[in-house]
Amino acid sequence: MSFKILFEMFPIALMFAAPIIIASLGGLFSERSGIVNIALEGIMMVGAFAAATVTVLLEGSTPLASWLGLTAGLAAGLIFSLLHAAASINLKANQVISGTALNILAGGLTVYLCQIIFRQQRTRAFSNGIQKMSVPLLEDIPVVGRMFFSGNYPTFYISIFLVLATWFLVYKTPFGLRMRSCGEHPQAAASMGINVSLMRYIGVLASGALGGLAGGVMVLTADIQYTLVTIHGTGFIALASLVFGKWNPFGVLGAGLFFGFSTALSFYAKDIPGMSSLPGEFFYALPYILTIVALVVFAGKAVGPKAAGEIYDSGKR
Amino acid sequence: MIFVSRPLSRVAFFLALVVYWEPIKVTTGGRAVGYIIEMLNITKDFPGIRANDNITLQVQESSIHALLGENGAGKSTLMSILFGLYAPDGGTIKIRGKEARIADPNAATQLGIGMVHQHFKLVQGFTVTENIILGSEPTRGPFIDIKKAQEKVLSLSKLYGLSVDPGAKIEDITVGMQQRVEILKMLFRDAEILIFDEPTAVLTPQEIHELIQIMRRLVAEGKTIVLITHKLKEIKEVADTCTVLRRGKLVGTVGVADTSEERMAEMMVGREVNFHVGKAQAVTGEVLLRIEKLNVKNAKGVLGVKNLSLEIKAGEILGLCGIDGNGQTDLVHAITGLAKAEDGKIFLRGKEITNLSIIQRLDLGLGHIPEDRHRHGLVLDFNLDENLVVHDYFRFPYAHLGILNKKAIKDNAQRLIKEFDVRSGQGAATPTRSMSGGNQQKAIVAREIDRSPDVFIVAQPTRGLDVGAIEYIHSRIVAERDKGKAILLVSLELDEILDVSDRIAVIYGGEIVGTVSARETNENELGLMMSGSVRQSAKGGKA
Repeated sequence: MSFKILFEMFPIALMFAAPIIIASLGGLFSERSGIVNIALEGIMMVGAFAAATVTVLLEGSTPLASWLGLTAGLAAGLIFSLLHAAASINLKANQVISGTALNILAGGLTVYLCQIIFRQQRTRAFSNGIQKMSVPLLEDIPVVGRMFFSGNYPTFYISIFLVLATWFLVYKTPFGLRMRSCGEHPQAAASMGINVSLMRYIGVLASGALGGLAGGVMVLTADIQYTLVTIHGTGFIALASLVFGKWNPFGVLGAGLFFGFSTALSFYAKDIPGMSSLPGEFFYALPYILTIVALVVFAGKAVGPKAAGEIYDSGKR
Repeated sequence: MIFVSRPLSRVAFFLALVVYWEPIKVTTGGRAVGYIIEMLNITKDFPGIRANDNITLQVQESSIHALLGENGAGKSTLMSILFGLYAPDGGTIKIRGKEARIADPNAATQLGIGMVHQHFKLVQGFTVTENIILGSEPTRGPFIDIKKAQEKVLSLSKLYGLSVDPGAKIEDITVGMQQRVEILKMLFRDAEILIFDEPTAVLTPQEIHELIQIMRRLVAEGKTIVLITHKLKEIKEVADTCTVLRRGKLVGTVGVADTSEERMAEMMVGREVNFHVGKAQAVTGEVLLRIEKLNVKNAKGVLGVKNLSLEIKAGEILGLCGIDGNGQTDLVHAITGLAKAEDGKIFLRGKEITNLSIIQRLDLGLGHIPEDRHRHGLVLDFNLDENLVVHDYFRFPYAHLGILNKKAIKDNAQRLIKEFDVRSGQGAATPTRSMSGGNQQKAIVAREIDRSPDVFIVAQPTRGLDVGAIEYIHSRIVAERDKGKAILLVSLELDEILDVSDRIAVIYGGEIVGTVSARETNENELGLMMSGSVRQSAKGGKA
């Protein structure tokens, strides 16, 4: 394939990679603290809805509307994830069922709110989402500059920053050590005076905030309004990236880029010699097929946090 | 836990307020000093049972104080109160003469109390250092100062003779080293009082020896140790004072130097205890279990049992001893059908069972007391009576025409509970998860011995049991032998192997490195063979 197509693909691939990476980091916080969060999909939907709504409503009055939208997405995701935290930590509910319930709830809730606010089953379209940008100086670097620093969405840089911040937080600080211990052996953590429930609350709420942010990023870069299908499984792809990336921020970055490119491929396949003969639907399906393949291949082998998904019982022998 | 502890701590707080004025009276009364821990008239109730009834425990500074009692005597409850896991319903705790309210483990840590748990509380994927610093990490700026942490760990390990590799992951180090990490965790938090909960249960004889040296060293450096145990030999060897509990009540506190083991056992059990298994010379018959060139893969996918052959005759007990993890588990799993044999053959009464299903093996006369009682011994969320018919629930009289007969199941349970003295809160209807470890074990032993199988695989039958229960179970195993059954006894306790077995096979690296007669060997010879230093013994002959 020619380099031109590759260069064109980069902004699109990075645009799709950003929300996957951010949501996946959210999943990392939750699972490292010991709570499986398959509600990422639903959290992203709620985040996307809130981001789109705030952007639409504030667009006329402030140039920062889309950034306020992102903040709203983050806050909405955080609040929504409280439901999962309360169900799985306080009420000791099965985390998969609670997550599934949230995923179902998110669809109904967002469409219902759209109906109330906009009198239709989707938000009104916003005229400007987040704008592409180029990084001065860095964009002049040969090859790399064109790939990563020219005509990209700033959300990708946010996702890179979050990867680094997560890595430091999880692997280098006392907080990270304590949070990971809650995901591996909560009884051991508790015996060292660590408040397991609090750590898990922080983990789930962080996943809510990041998931909501990811939803906002997705709707404000890849769409023009929030609809029921805006997120279309990206939350589940983020979960697959988490497994693929072995619960490590850098692994998640790699997996997110991989899925971002496989999504971008569906737009460019017709221009790439050798791929153009395959039906376009194949490439649309590709990210999801890869998700399933990744989950099946890595399911048994990947070593996630040992106690993730287990209900914490302080008296367990 | 949150919901439970709040009202309890409120009660404790109230109590603390009420008795707050007492220290003044005491000091004016001129109490003898020197006790670092005083637990006075402690009472603790659980639903349906009074776990601690007016117990007083006074521990001298810089001494080793043993807390002796049967399973369920209330030792762990008492120490959990001291460590802040439970709030007492009555009584006073004083640390260094000062009244203390210990609401949670953090408060205990503040007072310099640390607990070395029986089941290690270590995070497998973390390094030794990470486990030690968890919860009180030294920092530089916002980050963990791992270098400073390692230096402190190393200096502590040097001071107390606790050799560890600070950078190794827990999953890669031996059980003995894991225990040293547990101890270091407490020392890292400047604990002055160390509670050891059954510390030798999981150790090899050599590791026990090392641990005893470490405990002496700790006391020499001014630490105080409370040792929870039911092993009299260890108390005799290491402790200064011994407090005995029985069924939640205080029996007495004695000096160890001037009290015999027999006397302490009597105090604990409430009657005289026979230490040595009384048994006649074995009268052996035909070979009931024969294993030929068996190879078994272990959990890691490598051969855990290599080319192993052995025979057990009717009327004999073959003891299999070895350091934990040398293939005992894989061998037992292959015989019982929990694991598949790669190669080789297993015969029961001359019939090959190598590839039969577990139920077929059981029907042919195989019995099994599993090593891991939680994984293979019990359905923890079932009641005791259901667990006791787990083999035969579908047979008459427990089931008729496909319907369970609850009454027959309950009657069976009541018979076994009585015969084997299985203690539980609600009798036959007790959920097994809520029973103490020792009583869970008794339930399994009762079920299996009651079936009286021809070939009986007995793995760690007395792990976590007290002398009274051990005595009874040993006598029942010998009685099975005398009925002409073939018994394979797998144990990490050398005393048990030596006492109960007729012949002893030593396993090392998945191979039998020697077989000796139990009468003609001793702990030293076995210890050397277990560590692989001596490969073949002249005595005994082919296993």
